[in-house]
Amino acid sequence: MEARTPQAVPGEANKYRLQKARNKSVDILYSVFRYMLVIGISFIIIYPLLMKFSTAFKDKIDIYNPTIYMVPVHFTLDNLKLAMEILDYFPLLGNTMLFVVVTTLLTAASCALAGYGFARFNFPGSNVLFALVILTILVPTGTLLVPMYLHFRSFDVLGLVSLFTGKEGVNLLNTYWPSIITSATAMGLKAGLFIYIFRQFFKGMPKEIEEAALIDGAGGIKTFLRIMLPNAIPPMITVILFCFVWQYNDTIYTSLFMSETALMPINIASLPAQANALIPVLTGVGTGTNVKADPNHVALIIDTGILLAIIPLIILYLIVQRYFVESVERSGIIG
Amino acid sequence: MNGTKLTLARKRSLLGIAFILPWLIGFVLLFAAPLFQSVQFSFSKLTVGLNGFELEGVGWDNFNNAMFVDATFNRILTQSVSEMLLNVPMILFFSLFSATLLNQKFRGRTLARAIFFLPVILASNAIASAESAGLINLVGDASVVNEMGGSTSEYNIMSMVMILSDIGLPISFVDYIVGAIMRIYEIITSSGVQILIFLAALQSVPGSMYEVAKMEGATSYESFWKITFPMVSPLILTNIIYTIIDSFAGSPVTDVIFTTAFETQNFGLSSAMSWIYTVIVGIILVVIGWILAKRIHYN
Repeated sequence: MEARTPQAVPGEANKYRLQKARNKSVDILYSVFRYMLVIGISFIIIYPLLMKFSTAFKDKIDIYNPTIYMVPVHFTLDNLKLAMEILDYFPLLGNTMLFVVVTTLLTAASCALAGYGFARFNFPGSNVLFALVILTILVPTGTLLVPMYLHFRSFDVLGLVSLFTGKEGVNLLNTYWPSIITSATAMGLKAGLFIYIFRQFFKGMPKEIEEAALIDGAGGIKTFLRIMLPNAIPPMITVILFCFVWQYNDTIYTSLFMSETALMPINIASLPAQANALIPVLTGVGTGTNVKADPNHVALIIDTGILLAIIPLIILYLIVQRYFVESVERSGIIG
Repeated sequence: MNGTKLTLARKRSLLGIAFILPWLIGFVLLFAAPLFQSVQFSFSKLTVGLNGFELEGVGWDNFNNAMFVDATFNRILTQSVSEMLLNVPMILFFSLFSATLLNQKFRGRTLARAIFFLPVILASNAIASAESAGLINLVGDASVVNEMGGSTSEYNIMSMVMILSDIGLPISFVDYIVGAIMRIYEIITSSGVQILIFLAALQSVPGSMYEVAKMEGATSYESFWKITFPMVSPLILTNIIYTIIDSFAGSPVTDVIFTTAFETQNFGLSSAMSWIYTVIVGIILVVIGWILAKRIHYN
């Protein structure tokens, strides 16, 4: 058994070298092309964000200077101050954060429970019920808006309230209860998708772990809390992140159930009207119906307000973005 | 012996029901009941009183009104459904393309990934509406904004149309491509989750397959179509369904349903509209699922 050594014929060697050089140049060309693509697409994505940053620090004088592109000449924090004042920013942010965190945690908890139940237990009708979970994903939210609205307008579980108080039910509109109730019962925003993610993950975990826990004397609930949940970090992160972001950005449910409460999406949507009304007052130009704010200035303030609204999300994203990609890859969403 | 085993199994199934109980309660009270009511509403005239509401059966009137009497619903429905159908292939193509791009090894890949998923974070209807309101405020008229949307991109699209039709591509295809380029921002921003799903799928393809293909002399083009594509094909269906569902949220049809119900207070008509929409989307989902189910490779 002799190892075959390449017979170096001069012509062959040249050909080989030529091919190697060609391969290398193709590789370089390809990577340049790839960088162009990646940078181009990235630019399209972050361009609006850059514009908002630029307008947020731009002085009013700079609006009318056509030579300015992106980097303002007169830096100022006035826009930020004004937008914060109009939005009542920090109380608003605190309120929104509390609301979003509570609903996110409730959704994650209820969806994890349901996902585990569907993944590991065989009870009569479990497959039919899981098909119904998929159905909740597929039915558009618009279909349920009217009945949900009327339902929360006079909220009553099995007629219990009217039994005890004699009234027709409690009006829960413009409180946080509708969202809290929907998230605690895994019926909130895209909750079906979260149940699906948890189920796929728990299905992929080895059964032996649970059997060992069972033999060691742990009950079903203890097994779930002590063994399964600590292992379910990837889907947990995925669900919490998505739920947080979607809840923070949601306008449908918030404007339907809580149109008068201080939540970020509602206030941002009404910011243009607010800015028009309040800017003349706040800048001391005067009051009255005849005084109108400079539309360019209003647009500046609106952009700043939008930036203020998305800044918390961007900061959050910068902290967790590494886990974001990894956890989705490991959460078994693709299994 | 047999008896204890049976009770254990029953215990397990009771425990399982206990685990899904929160969901089950929510499903019955907040999904099944409203769904049933919604069907009921769509066949009746609903008047909201001080306490609760009254129903008065009107048969198919609401559906008739939605389809043939209401001035705009018909048009908005066809427009948004056809737009959705046009967007699905483009979002799918773009997200698969970006996922393959982001799956390769190059410097700054982490940063690129972070930027590509940024739209998932920033997709908000509230922000979009505030932005357009700001622009309307600036120019004073909504119709001007629509025109501006077409002309703000300074790139002259005609030159591209000329080039593409000179190559000999059919004009409808050229239209489609040019339309995609004009809507590139919309397409990129709505494909964040899809990229994520495809990327996860690509990472689960065993590397040994590519090694074997390379040793057998396959080019990377061939190995994409013969290995990568079949391996991620189950996720194509998932992504199509996700894209369609995702289009509900910001859809103009949902807006019409919303305003019909809560501004003009015509709850019956609104329910009828939403059922028409649901049924159409459901049919589309079933047809797509039926077409693709045979072509997908499951391992």
